[in-house]
Amino acid sequence: MSGLVGPATSAREVAAAVREGERLASEVLDEYLGRIDGLDDQVHAFNLVTADAAREAALAIDRRVVAGEDPGPLTGVPVALKDNLCTRGVATTCSSRVLEGWRPPYDATVVERLVAAGAIVVGKTNLDEFAMGSSTENSAFGPTRNPHYLARVPGGSSGGSAAAVAAGFAPVALGSDTGGSIRQPAALCGVVGVKPTYGRVSRYGLVAFASSLDQIGPLTATVADAAVTLEVIAGHDPLDATSIPELMPSLVERLDEGVQGLRVGVVTELIEAEGMEPEVVARVQDAAAALEKAGASVDEVSVPSTIYGLSAYYLIAPAEASSNLARYDGVRYGLRVEGATTGEMYDRTRTAGLGAEVKRRIMLGAYALSAGYYDAFYGKAQRVRTLIQRDFAAAYQRFDVLLSPTSPCTAFPLGAKSADPLTMYLNDVCTIPANLVGHPAMSVPFGTGAHGLPVGVQVMAPALGEVTMFRAAAALEAAARDLAPTRGGDQ
Amino acid sequence: MAEISREDVAHVARLARIQLTEEELVTFTGQLAKVLDHARDVEALDVDDVPPTSHPYPLLNVLRPDEERPGLTREDALAGAPATEDGQFRVPPVLGEAP
Repeated sequence: MSGLVGPATSAREVAAAVREGERLASEVLDEYLGRIDGLDDQVHAFNLVTADAAREAALAIDRRVVAGEDPGPLTGVPVALKDNLCTRGVATTCSSRVLEGWRPPYDATVVERLVAAGAIVVGKTNLDEFAMGSSTENSAFGPTRNPHYLARVPGGSSGGSAAAVAAGFAPVALGSDTGGSIRQPAALCGVVGVKPTYGRVSRYGLVAFASSLDQIGPLTATVADAAVTLEVIAGHDPLDATSIPELMPSLVERLDEGVQGLRVGVVTELIEAEGMEPEVVARVQDAAAALEKAGASVDEVSVPSTIYGLSAYYLIAPAEASSNLARYDGVRYGLRVEGATTGEMYDRTRTAGLGAEVKRRIMLGAYALSAGYYDAFYGKAQRVRTLIQRDFAAAYQRFDVLLSPTSPCTAFPLGAKSADPLTMYLNDVCTIPANLVGHPAMSVPFGTGAHGLPVGVQVMAPALGEVTMFRAAAALEAAARDLAPTRGGDQ
Repeated sequence: MAEISREDVAHVARLARIQLTEEELVTFTGQLAKVLDHARDVEALDVDDVPPTSHPYPLLNVLRPDEERPGLTREDALAGAPATEDGQFRVPPVLGEAP
């Protein structure tokens, strides 16, 4: 297989070295920019590389370190941002023609927090248009390729962010996760991806897809880097009314506590989900065995209503999207295709500016919300959401964390699933339940499946349960190191 | 419930202000029918006594002090607009005839 997997890099090591004055942020940045420059024409992780602004920011960091200041836990760490996160004065496209060339008038809260912690923004990463997809093939600017195997997809919708970390273009990337869009590409690219509890991280400046499901989170090479990044971006924000007031406890300090006595449940319905590859199930069972060996107790658990999650999600998310995406009408920003009347301008702008998958979801959502169908579809889906919440609550009476596959399959060839939307949607079957109930969930690389491609194991925890989730993830990461090496091997 | 028809798809496309070619109409109708068919498991559930969840985390009455704060400047708000006039968004005539 042909691959461009990068050397495993650690954000924590970079930050420590720059803070101690052992390395210059500028020198670190140049290494990453050089790698992007040499290889991203093959991967296409980035829609935009902001090299000049990054160099200026790195010089400013170096001056502050020399002056004896401590810029923060991500000092000098290059970060890549999914291109649906607003950056002041820097193009933010959502990989859509309808926003091509738009420069937001403000930064997303997460961008402000990263920069305030010393991070250096290196660019904006490719995604499925408006985060709708599981392969990054729905980008108006062409697909991203999987650094492990360039003929295969990186997953999606945060495929550019996952590929950027896997290819060694940045130690940290941010993504957004509405139905698995951080975790699934993380699994397919062999990196760590975290969807925090809904409300942990401010959505201010994240271009909305489905507002009751969207959540921003980190993609990194290691569990510890994900913990550091999440600590930086989490916290209450008055600019997001759904931001939760609870403080984020330290994750990094508790990573090494181990899993002695932890009760781990393997979710039966998600192991048996449609289209599940046997190698993926085998890795989840290996992961469960590894946790047991590390002192956890492991059992199977049924969370019955999760089997309705996919159907409920593909009614709720499009319904919210049909409302959220009504704003792309050619009036205030982005593309306008002129017409004789305002109505004609709306029609022409949206028809020319939005891609097929986005149109499909808008229409599906409009249908699910329309008179005569509201109760049968949208209303029922919301009640199912309650059922899934109840079933998870029951499971968490007996278990501290739950395990499942992240994705039913490893990275698939470009084009393999793009002809049939439903086949593509089935990729999200294991990740969707956590979005519907707002719980934290993360994907940790654990061995390989068919063709030596990475497999991700999903760790789920109850709302606000990030500390326990990260402890389990750290134990899995340690156990995975004892398996055959996957990063950088088999090139 | 009856399967989604081409007329249904044409109707929601109009609601969503999206123009479809005849070919797109056929393709989208088939694809949406398949997704809605998968959703029949949800449609068939008896959940009348289950309350709906619209939001995963119960936060009620999120208020802030009613204090004046700077917002976007007019210049910033208009900076991305395809067309402006006199400090406002300019659009084609709403009712058809140019004034």
